[in-house]
Amino acid sequence: MGAGHAHRLYRHAHSPVHALPPHTKLAAAFAFVVVVVSTPRTAMWAFALYAVLLACVAHHARVPAGFLLKRLLIEVPFVAFAVLMPFVAEGERVGVLGLSLSVNGLWGAWNVLVKGTLGVATSVLLAATTELRALLLGLERLKLPPLLVQIASFMIRYGDVITDEMRRMRIARESRGFEARGVRHWGVLAKSAGALFIRSYERGERVHLAMVSRGYSPTTKRVGGAPSSMPVVDEVTASRAQWSHALALPLSALVVCLLGWAL
Amino acid sequence: MHVPDGFIDAPTSAVTAVVAAGALAVSLRGARREQGGTSRASEAERGGERTAPLAGLVAAFIFAVQMLNFPVAAGTSGHLLGGALAAILVGPCTGVLCVSVVLLMQGILFADGGLTALGVNITDMAIVTTVVAYAVFRGLLKILPRGRRSVTAAAFVAALLSVPAAAVAFTLLYAVGGTTDVAIGKVAGAMIGVHVLIGVGEAAITALTVGAVVAVRPDLVYGARGLRQGLKLRVNGALVDAPEPAAPVAARTSRRTLWISGLVTSLVLAGFVSFYASASPDGLEKVAHDQGIDTKTREHASAGSPLADYGVEDVSDARLSGGLAGVIGVGTTVVAGSAVFWAVRRRRTGAPAGAR
Repeated sequence: MGAGHAHRLYRHAHSPVHALPPHTKLAAAFAFVVVVVSTPRTAMWAFALYAVLLACVAHHARVPAGFLLKRLLIEVPFVAFAVLMPFVAEGERVGVLGLSLSVNGLWGAWNVLVKGTLGVATSVLLAATTELRALLLGLERLKLPPLLVQIASFMIRYGDVITDEMRRMRIARESRGFEARGVRHWGVLAKSAGALFIRSYERGERVHLAMVSRGYSPTTKRVGGAPSSMPVVDEVTASRAQWSHALALPLSALVVCLLGWAL
Repeated sequence: MHVPDGFIDAPTSAVTAVVAAGALAVSLRGARREQGGTSRASEAERGGERTAPLAGLVAAFIFAVQMLNFPVAAGTSGHLLGGALAAILVGPCTGVLCVSVVLLMQGILFADGGLTALGVNITDMAIVTTVVAYAVFRGLLKILPRGRRSVTAAAFVAALLSVPAAAVAFTLLYAVGGTTDVAIGKVAGAMIGVHVLIGVGEAAITALTVGAVVAVRPDLVYGARGLRQGLKLRVNGALVDAPEPAAPVAARTSRRTLWISGLVTSLVLAGFVSFYASASPDGLEKVAHDQGIDTKTREHASAGSPLADYGVEDVSDARLSGGLAGVIGVGTTVVAGSAVFWAVRRRRTGAPAGAR
């Protein structure tokens, strides 16, 4: 319990980016990625500018470059796919280092790689500067259906509990000499998965009863007007200045994108 | 199979996002019905309020079970995708919700799958897998004899088909809005080939897991609720069926509203969105053209028809013509589909009477 309840991807700090209301950050991240995706792939300089913009945000958020780069490793499987692309794509060929590569494939690989990397970097920055609870509140403020937000919050809240239960079952299996080596052991693992499902579902029923006994009802509206939610201690609201700070990123990206189309 | 940003172009991502939002809205309604009356629910607690905690915990379960590695051979291992498992265990609507929430959280938190590709990912991995798996599962249960073994077998086939179905859906999306120039045949071959293999593993583990749950708590398996035996009472030495507790009428949306909103959505998609669809030949046509296949193919028999090549004859504006053709196409499909549905329903209601 000493580690607190923040998720591993969150990086605690007091920075202007951390202080922004979550829904402004979510909207900004989403708008930025949309702008990046709709930039023509031939405007290579535009993507360099996007990277500079993200680096500025990371600097303001006091997220070190090493942290960001380490988290970027998640897209490695996809890089392998992008590397293959010049070899299998159609179109005219060009010889590089004795290899015959497709020009279209090279453009495609560049396109997927650069847009994917910028998208992942944006998500990493968002997760690093926003707490889970705030993220869920932000989703709710962005008018995601409340039921969906509640499902997500239960998933986040009990994700670690269920994962721990799975870990305990693994330890129990291993302490009895079980070692999964091949297809023959799938039956045991699948029985564990089945037991895990029953435990999760029954925990859900207990959680529901506990909530009902504390006065939860899906139909009552809370003061803010949003129905069917657990009470919120502090309502998040964003001032005009906060919105403009958050939207500075996608707006400057939009300028770059328009330039990319014009030039 | 998480699609990153920039892999599918912006218009296609937007359309899939609309599709995903619509499917989520339907699932939110459906999930309330599904979670209403299973397990130990009492009269008072049927309805919507159980949905959030139960679907949330099932989502957490899906999230955890995706981390459970199954060794295949010689050091390689795979993991469960969980769409088919969720559909069979908790019902298709709750399944769609759970997998979508997992995908949403993976996209926002773990940067696994792009933010703009969320619509693509949800359509592909949450909706297609779940719906295909559940349709196959229910269809097989209708044919197979009642029993626990049939549930396991049906779960196997459902999971086996659901994964390649998602691969096919991805290939279709790629054909419409792929940003790279890889021939569609190669993409289809690679995707479907790999995913048939993945599907076999998914099928074995899903079937074993469903079998394990059915053995312990058959009442928890949504797809196998027909298997539950009615409660029997021994009255004066004779077995008598206990009276069923009166089931409350589930809140249903009017069929007509659903039908009209579906029709309007498809009309808008066909008539309006096709305005913005690319006018260049699609991937398949392009491959055919590049490789000279189409020089040999004869003109399609209906090439001279007034709707050939998705355009209305005598309407010169290409966009308007494409939109009109879309609207007319949707209209024809709806009429034909309704006719088939109506005919099937007539036959089904007529059959028992004829059998007697």
